[in-house]
Amino acid sequence: MLYQKGLVIVDALPYILQGAGITLIIVIGAMFTGLVLGVPFALVQVYGHPVLRAVIGIYVWFFRGVPILILMFLFYFGIFELLHLNLTALTTTALVLGMTSAAYQSQIFRGSIQSLPLGQYKAAMALGMSRAQAVRSIILPQTLRISIPAWSNEYSIILKDSALAYVVGAMDMFTRTHFVASRTYEHLTLFIFVGILYLIITVLGVRLLAMLEKKLRIPGYTG
Amino acid sequence: MTQTTAPTLAAEHISVTLGGKEILKDVSLDLPQGSLKVLIGPSGAGKSTFLQTLNHLIPHGRGEIRLNGVAVDLSRKKELYRYRQQVGMIFQDFNLFDHLNAVDNVSIALRKVKGMNRRTAEARGRAELERVGLAGKENRYPAELSGGQKQRVAIARALAMDPSVLLLDEPTSALDPELVGEVLAVIRDLTREGLTMMMATHQMDFARALAHEIVFMEDGRIVEQGRPEDLLKAGTTSRTLDFCSRLETIIEQGQD
Amino acid sequence: MDPFYTQELIPALNRGIVMSTMLIVPSVIFGLLGGIVVGTARVFGTRPLRVFFNGYTTFFRGVPLMVQLFILYYGLPNLGIYFEAYTAAVVGFILCSSAYHSEYIRGALLSIKAGQMNAASALGMSTSQALLWIIIPQAFRRALPGCGNELIYLIKYSSLAYIVSCIELTGEARAIAAETFRFTEAFTVVACYYLALVTVATYLLHRLEKRLAVPGFGS
Repeated sequence: MLYQKGLVIVDALPYILQGAGITLIIVIGAMFTGLVLGVPFALVQVYGHPVLRAVIGIYVWFFRGVPILILMFLFYFGIFELLHLNLTALTTTALVLGMTSAAYQSQIFRGSIQSLPLGQYKAAMALGMSRAQAVRSIILPQTLRISIPAWSNEYSIILKDSALAYVVGAMDMFTRTHFVASRTYEHLTLFIFVGILYLIITVLGVRLLAMLEKKLRIPGYTG
Repeated sequence: MTQTTAPTLAAEHISVTLGGKEILKDVSLDLPQGSLKVLIGPSGAGKSTFLQTLNHLIPHGRGEIRLNGVAVDLSRKKELYRYRQQVGMIFQDFNLFDHLNAVDNVSIALRKVKGMNRRTAEARGRAELERVGLAGKENRYPAELSGGQKQRVAIARALAMDPSVLLLDEPTSALDPELVGEVLAVIRDLTREGLTMMMATHQMDFARALAHEIVFMEDGRIVEQGRPEDLLKAGTTSRTLDFCSRLETIIEQGQD
Repeated sequence: MDPFYTQELIPALNRGIVMSTMLIVPSVIFGLLGGIVVGTARVFGTRPLRVFFNGYTTFFRGVPLMVQLFILYYGLPNLGIYFEAYTAAVVGFILCSSAYHSEYIRGALLSIKAGQMNAASALGMSTSQALLWIIIPQAFRRALPGCGNELIYLIKYSSLAYIVSCIELTGEARAIAAETFRFTEAFTVVACYYLALVTVATYLLHRLEKRLAVPGFGS
């Protein structure tokens, strides 16, 4: 009997693994969107004008408070339609997850920036750097290094949320598994299998990021 | 006249092995009622291990420990807990319960272990705090107290249980020098009141003045024991005197 | 005001919030209790217990909640076990939440110095008395920020109940939107419902943290 279950998995494997590729595209897309938005947001919150800070504050409050499922529906069926944007399900998923991630990542980076000793900034100014130069060359590199563990956590969260691609019909790993299950009625076997796949991808990603952290580590720096 | 009553605490042939290393090797010691015995010796001698073994916080491989003549059957948990109620313990890092204020720290064991009601326990708690000179600090939390105050709360907490014997594991080693005095004063008062105590310490002046017997430990064994006058008289060739003079040299050097 | 809102959307969402509450409340309570049990077992339990619960935590924290819900709702029938949508959702939330809570509880328990246990034992407390009155009260205060966070997540992820056919806030909004084609309005309003829930919960947790705070104690 186990052999039969095994066959089902082997049959579906190529199809589901292609979905893994889609999943990874979504995850990487979302993480980078989050990074590209999150860093400027954090800088605004630390160094910016009070009005801008308030705006970012509202953004963060909104994207951290509304469930991702609702955000997916709101953007895919609502806002993008209104704006006549013909974005694919895959793009929408990556974008929505990315915007949400930006809210969380901005708080991570903000915390990291604020945890740096004030002396770093003062020393840069004393050397005659402009604010922008100080931030770009001194503050940001350190911030990004410190934030890698939290980024690792963010990766694992985004990977799991990527399964929500199902509700907009993107053909990621989870959606494909559901399709195969609907055909073969082997729901239990297939979903446990894909669960394990998610676990494996999580562990691999976290290890990769840990290696990255090691490579970037500066001897004697606070760990 | 020979002593007919059993010593309050008797340890016979205690051996303790931890992590493959033999920490205590065949240690025997009697603690008569009302006496104060002071354990001294270099770090790693096993003083702290011995005290924790006496309270069964560390299991002993061989040997027997008797309180008022009776040994504890370690397989019976209730007997062990009752034993620990009668043997008070003071730790080097105080170990006050951080989420409770001073009077709650003193009274919680009275309520949970002895089953007293809240009001009686709290009244006793306040009395004990007053006894150690901390009247008025009942509602302070550990984080709000100085090291000396924390240790005195710990002593009050142990005394509230009416122990037959009090074990003190280097009670002043973690304190800033100016706070040591207030704790030693409390211990001095306790020994004058006749409380049976065993204390590990580096405070040689205190030991010389108040100990009934000094016990010198090294390498897991008792090397010497005797009255302070005998061991520390100038001119004797005791290991204890040798250790003490080296200790004072180190302290003097540290003060430069 | 546009009758769409007053006569269709809001009443539907108010129905939905009842179901959402029925999903969230038991999940929060039993998820936290489960987390305390699992977290304590992972620190103080025997080796087989620790191995089992560590594995449990790894699985339920590493696998997407959607997959877990589908296993419970669509997968268990393969074994002859049939859960209703509501049951599957609540069981799924409890199992998942316990795993996350246990991580915070475990971290908090490990951060409590061994001396606290020693002092409690030295006073004659049994292991369970020491755990109950000394260790867990301290660990809980340390774990509160993390566990509070997890609670907020649960409020948001309760929306996934819709995917296993349990009609709560999200389901009601979807139904109205599909009928009236007013997707943006419907989902914006339901987003506000969730925002309100989350904001109130965050505020209450903040108050709780303040109330339980002990001077000088905490991370």
